[in-house]
Amino acid sequence: MFAEFLQYLFSGVTIGATYALVALGFTLVYNASHVINFAQGEFLMIGGMSTVSLLAMGVPLPLAIAMAVALAAVLGVALHKLAIAPARKADVITLIIITIGASIFLRGLAQIIWGKEFHAMPSFSATESVNVLGAVMYTQSLWVLAVAGVLVLLLALFFTRTLMGKAILATSMNPGAARLMGIRTQFVLMLAFMLAAVLGAMAGIMVAPVTLTAYDIGIMLGLKGFVAAAIGGMGSGVGAVVGGLLLGIAEAMTAGYISSDYKDAVAFLLILLILFFMPRGLFGARVAERV
Amino acid sequence: MVTKNRSPYRAVLLILVLICGMVAPAMAAEPIRIGALVSATGPASFLGDPELKTLEMYVERINASGGVIGRPLRLFHYDDGGNANEARNFANRLLRSDRVDLIIGGSTTGTTMAAVPLVERAGRPMISMAGALVITEPVRPWIFKTPQSDRMAAERVLADMQSRGITGIGLISGTDGFGRSGREQTLAVAADFGIQVLADQTYGPQDTDMTAQLTRIRNTPGVQAVFNFGFGQGPAIVTRNYAHLGIELPFYQSHGVASDRFLDLAGSAAEGVRLPASALLVPDALPDDDPQKQVVQDYKAAYEARWNLSVSTFGGYAYDALMLAVAAIEAAGTTEPEAVRSALEQIQGHVGVTGIFNMSPDDHNGLAPESFRLLEVRDGQWVLVD
Repeated sequence: MFAEFLQYLFSGVTIGATYALVALGFTLVYNASHVINFAQGEFLMIGGMSTVSLLAMGVPLPLAIAMAVALAAVLGVALHKLAIAPARKADVITLIIITIGASIFLRGLAQIIWGKEFHAMPSFSATESVNVLGAVMYTQSLWVLAVAGVLVLLLALFFTRTLMGKAILATSMNPGAARLMGIRTQFVLMLAFMLAAVLGAMAGIMVAPVTLTAYDIGIMLGLKGFVAAAIGGMGSGVGAVVGGLLLGIAEAMTAGYISSDYKDAVAFLLILLILFFMPRGLFGARVAERV
Repeated sequence: MVTKNRSPYRAVLLILVLICGMVAPAMAAEPIRIGALVSATGPASFLGDPELKTLEMYVERINASGGVIGRPLRLFHYDDGGNANEARNFANRLLRSDRVDLIIGGSTTGTTMAAVPLVERAGRPMISMAGALVITEPVRPWIFKTPQSDRMAAERVLADMQSRGITGIGLISGTDGFGRSGREQTLAVAADFGIQVLADQTYGPQDTDMTAQLTRIRNTPGVQAVFNFGFGQGPAIVTRNYAHLGIELPFYQSHGVASDRFLDLAGSAAEGVRLPASALLVPDALPDDDPQKQVVQDYKAAYEARWNLSVSTFGGYAYDALMLAVAAIEAAGTTEPEAVRSALEQIQGHVGVTGIFNMSPDDHNGLAPESFRLLEVRDGQWVLVD
């Protein structure tokens, strides 16, 4: 009975940690610009797919990961420079639509380069699974959790301890005042896109051995990550993590105890309820609209 | 004045151009217009991609060797991305603006069924490459299909379970059209083989983790084997989860994953998995007197040489669909829809990649369950069980 519960929990936490990393990417860009970057899911795909193809070329795993993350970072910067920056005068809705366009473009490009098939990536550790109190856990899940934890910690330090992090926060609070203080807001925005791309790529690489990867895997993971960010409260780092884990666990528990048919329904019911009673999400900023 | 002097010359030129324009197409025979509705991208790209490649390749080959009844083939193809709405729109375009003589497609049950009403209204033969029984049962005059029905696959698997003395199974299926229909057929025929379906779980086509569903099946008392009905990457993930949970029960897959891609994705987790598949997966293991051996080996060699990709069962469905269409047009000697339709219905003993087709007015599929070979994965290879 307990082993069963633990099994559902493990599978929920693994997928939830992925949602959390995607949600953090949304949060970063949202904080810097109030733009919801719908190309976030594509960075997961780019991370996973480029690692797979680098591995196939014989590049050792750590180097392949580093190169894939670097590629995602470059693409993140390019997304900002080529698509977002030229439209900086446009309103937020227009920018969001631009990111949707960019995601379709990236997906199309990936389809041409890598084809439409699913690809498998080997697990990072030699042993594929471990037994914990009668339930089985992928060793890769531990990797996902550890990397997600480290990234969350690094992000927290970055925002509270570094000048650059504080500059991003300042820009999100009041772009006009930040600019007057000598912060280059366009640079800050570019940085946010780059960091979001790196986060996405890391998430994509970490889960690829569990979920397999393909050119269109970013759609669903990106959407679920967005739901997680909305549950947690758009713009809140803690909210993104909690929202992701909550969503993953809710899905796994529903599949386990109620019926797999209602798995997605419960996830979306959750977001309806939370947004109905707490429109800003669980950890959203409680700011009143200034009149 | 200059213009007036020139005008007779101009008129002659104009007439010459007109004559040339009219004569040129009449000299080359009017092409036979073949419409293809495939899901080359999206969740069903597993199916549509090899299908489209096969159609393109064989249309080229047939044209190079003089076409059919002295006329070249012209392929009009659209990618519906596995989306039923798109399939409907493209079927409409094929029928109305491309004015095709017959349609090959769709790749999935959902896209096929979306196009069926339009095709029936237009009165053009359609040969589907999708598995579900509903496509050809009840028989619709204009609709044919090349893959074995999912009921045959279920029967083949259940018969094998019965011979192993299994009486209770867990079923896990995808919620796409293929998985849904497979689930219904399995539930409908299980009792005929003395087998009870004790656990019945599903997963979404885009899901990335099925551990929870498998845990439930494992914890259901009386389950002696597990049957996964689905296609695409879902069953590969189920297989990986199955091995990862360390479930020791015999594990069966459907023909939906009968491709080498499945072995790549599932890796060592696929060891011991059994599934029904067409002869195409094991061409070299077929006995020499098997009538399909030659056809299967030729198709495999041609496909792999042309695309440098390993062959899949689904491309075979497209090969059979095109060859049945060609055979029917040749038998009819025309592309007149009703003549082609009744010629398709009368095809007997047509040896294809998927099986030997014996069509009749009551059977628009024409295959027997024996056309499925039961395979098992051993050391990362498909092995013929019987």
